Amino acid sequence: METENKENEETLESPKKKGFFARLRAGLAKTRDSIAGGFDHVFTDYQKIDDDFYEGLEETMIMGDIGVSATDRILSELREQVSEQHITETSECRQLLIDNIRAQMTVDEHAYDFEKGPAIVLVIGVNGVGKTTSVGKLAGIYKEQGKKVLIAAADTFRAAAGEQLSEWAKRAGVDMISAREGSDPASVIFDSVQAAKARRTDILLCDTAGRLHNKKNLMEELRKMDRIITKEYPEAIRENLVVLDGTTGQNALSQAREFADVTDLTGIILTKMDGTAKGGIAIAVQSELDIPVKFIGIGEKMDDLQRFHPDEFVDALFDNKEEKTDEQ
Amino acid sequence: MAFESLTDKLSNAFAKLRGKGKLSEDDVKTALKEVRMALLEADVNYKVVKQFTSSVEEKAIGSEVMNGLNPAQSVIRIVNEELTSLMGSETVEIALQTGGAITVIMMVGLQGAGKTTTAAKIAAKLKTRGKKPLLAALDVYRPAAIKQLQVNGDKVGAEVFSMGDNHRPSDIAKAALEHAGKNRFDVVILDTAGRLQIDDEMMNELSEIKEAVTVNQTILTVDAMTGQEAVNVAKTFDEKVGIDGVILTKLDGDTRGGAALSIKAVTGKPILYVGMGEKLSDLEQFYPDRMAGRILGMGDVLTLIDKAKASIGDGDEAKSRDMASRAGKGKFDFNDYLDSMSQMRKMGGIGSILGMMPGLGVKASDIEGKIDESQLRKTEAIVLSMTPEERRNPKLMSPQRKFRIANGSGNSIADVNRFIKQFDQMQKMMKQMGGMGGKKKRHGNPFGGMGGLGGRGGFGGPGGFRY
Repeated sequence: METENKENEETLESPKKKGFFARLRAGLAKTRDSIAGGFDHVFTDYQKIDDDFYEGLEETMIMGDIGVSATDRILSELREQVSEQHITETSECRQLLIDNIRAQMTVDEHAYDFEKGPAIVLVIGVNGVGKTTSVGKLAGIYKEQGKKVLIAAADTFRAAAGEQLSEWAKRAGVDMISAREGSDPASVIFDSVQAAKARRTDILLCDTAGRLHNKKNLMEELRKMDRIITKEYPEAIRENLVVLDGTTGQNALSQAREFADVTDLTGIILTKMDGTAKGGIAIAVQSELDIPVKFIGIGEKMDDLQRFHPDEFVDALFDNKEEKTDEQ
Repeated sequence: MAFESLTDKLSNAFAKLRGKGKLSEDDVKTALKEVRMALLEADVNYKVVKQFTSSVEEKAIGSEVMNGLNPAQSVIRIVNEELTSLMGSETVEIALQTGGAITVIMMVGLQGAGKTTTAAKIAAKLKTRGKKPLLAALDVYRPAAIKQLQVNGDKVGAEVFSMGDNHRPSDIAKAALEHAGKNRFDVVILDTAGRLQIDDEMMNELSEIKEAVTVNQTILTVDAMTGQEAVNVAKTFDEKVGIDGVILTKLDGDTRGGAALSIKAVTGKPILYVGMGEKLSDLEQFYPDRMAGRILGMGDVLTLIDKAKASIGDGDEAKSRDMASRAGKGKFDFNDYLDSMSQMRKMGGIGSILGMMPGLGVKASDIEGKIDESQLRKTEAIVLSMTPEERRNPKLMSPQRKFRIANGSGNSIADVNRFIKQFDQMQKMMKQMGGMGGKKKRHGNPFGGMGGLGGRGGFGGPGGFRY
């Protein structure tokens, strides 16, 4: 909690990062229009807590990609609390709902321990979610923090993926290890791990090819990379991040589940959060699979990837801050 | 896949209702509750679902339960028909200009939807139709996007026009068109950068391109895994830029692809093709009826049947029909088993079949891990170690014969016993199902029955083996 507050202060002090949250807010504003805006609509439309009221909540939550089962779970919890605490006003439900969702999104205090290094961060996900971009941004962030960063370009499949990543590496000013297109990605991982050991790298970021989670051989390829890291550098802290596209619907659950089967997922990078109507799937994934969102991407610039703060996320969703200051 | 198939759910909901004459309001409401859930789980937009279920409700209440179908199947039939007609009743191709004029196709969409890959796939498709397509690199933002298009263009043997990343996309488009005119290209595919539909500046860029050159077809590329957001994306692109068709990508994943329905519902624009894989030839025709089945969680049964038809030759078909009818009578023998194994292999192995099959009652992904193809090879070895007589007449099995078979195939007697026991059970199961099929017309191959709305009705194919 303490670190989080410190983070907040930092972000308020730095004008660049303030811009980030302004943008996050602006991006989430669209989400708010559909989720929270809808919520408020529900709270004003229905005075009585009845089936229509719950149906209204359900609609807004599903429209926000929270998904049928996570929505059911959150709402049944709400129903219980309502009956236990003898709540009669719909407005009281609002805070309960905020608290419920916030509780689902908590990030463990050790979530970022890997950043101390030496760490190996394996970045995986389906095609087109923003893995390469995220790796590039993370490299920039850690480099700026004065860490020794190395990138492994293990996407040897997609045309020009290596070039794309090397552009990012150049921008971040970090080294990159790559191989010819079409060569075995596991060998890139092997070489990179050896290099990371030899150069005493703090953080090795491994970009991998996009793979649909139902392709067995591609998942086996990933398993092999995972095995190599474990075998070649057991002392390193492992961080396995699955990248989920914020616009993805319920399939993101299936993605997270399948990737978790191959490697021990330690977190989620939620990308493309500068669009509209989303964030919901993060709630679904975290509540169903208990994999925390650790980073959130809200744009294409280097500093548009940031640590995920559940409080801010939920606040931004509900636009809670103004509300609080109004009350005070 | 985490969902139980809709067919199963409905069958359960209607377990008590077999054999009624008309669909009552209660029947329909119960059924539509499940349909609604299925659609929402498939990411169909909430509002679209609402509209859809209420229109189906009107149609379904009071309608006759069709001969040979139970109430659940009747509702699904109506739902499926409605869904299919909503998706567009026929397949549509990209419209090309006639009489030597150059067709300009502009690819638009969000980041990561697969525009660049799809552009190359379209070029490949057009080439097979005897066209000469030119790919134009208009993505001046994403690092190495131009290189990606060049590599893909090389792979499909299509020329790529680029001017680096220092020109305005509209200028590049103009120059590309000039180049195409001089060099007798008949189609120009503009690969634009990914953009958010709420990014006005970037959306204006697309309008600028449209002003600079005459774009005949603006194609929106959408990731099939998109959630509720699909509606906003499609609507905004259509309003701000104007789209003529949609291509759904990454449909080779396990997503149910509800986005397809949402997009069709809000824009009315046809879905032209679907991206089915990473190979540049993997751009397939869009079939509304199959998509409807997929969204409903009824599996891609029709695709499966198609595949079966393609892999089973004409001679095989008669054999299959024969096999199916024997299976129905409980006369499925070891020869049939061998045949179905080889057919299955032709269709891409058990994994790919299970992935497309609804109504398994178990998750396909679970089975895939458990059914080892090597296990299947083992059973094949067992059958191959039998005499022709034994293969024709499974009842002949005796301990001595089993012992010989075990030795011959390099297995233990326990393995042989287990296999024969499973075979017996399967035979019984198929006999029951053969009876259940009743008056329903059967298709020509052992997979055919699966096309029936009952899902399980014709579960007599090799998929029926359970380990």
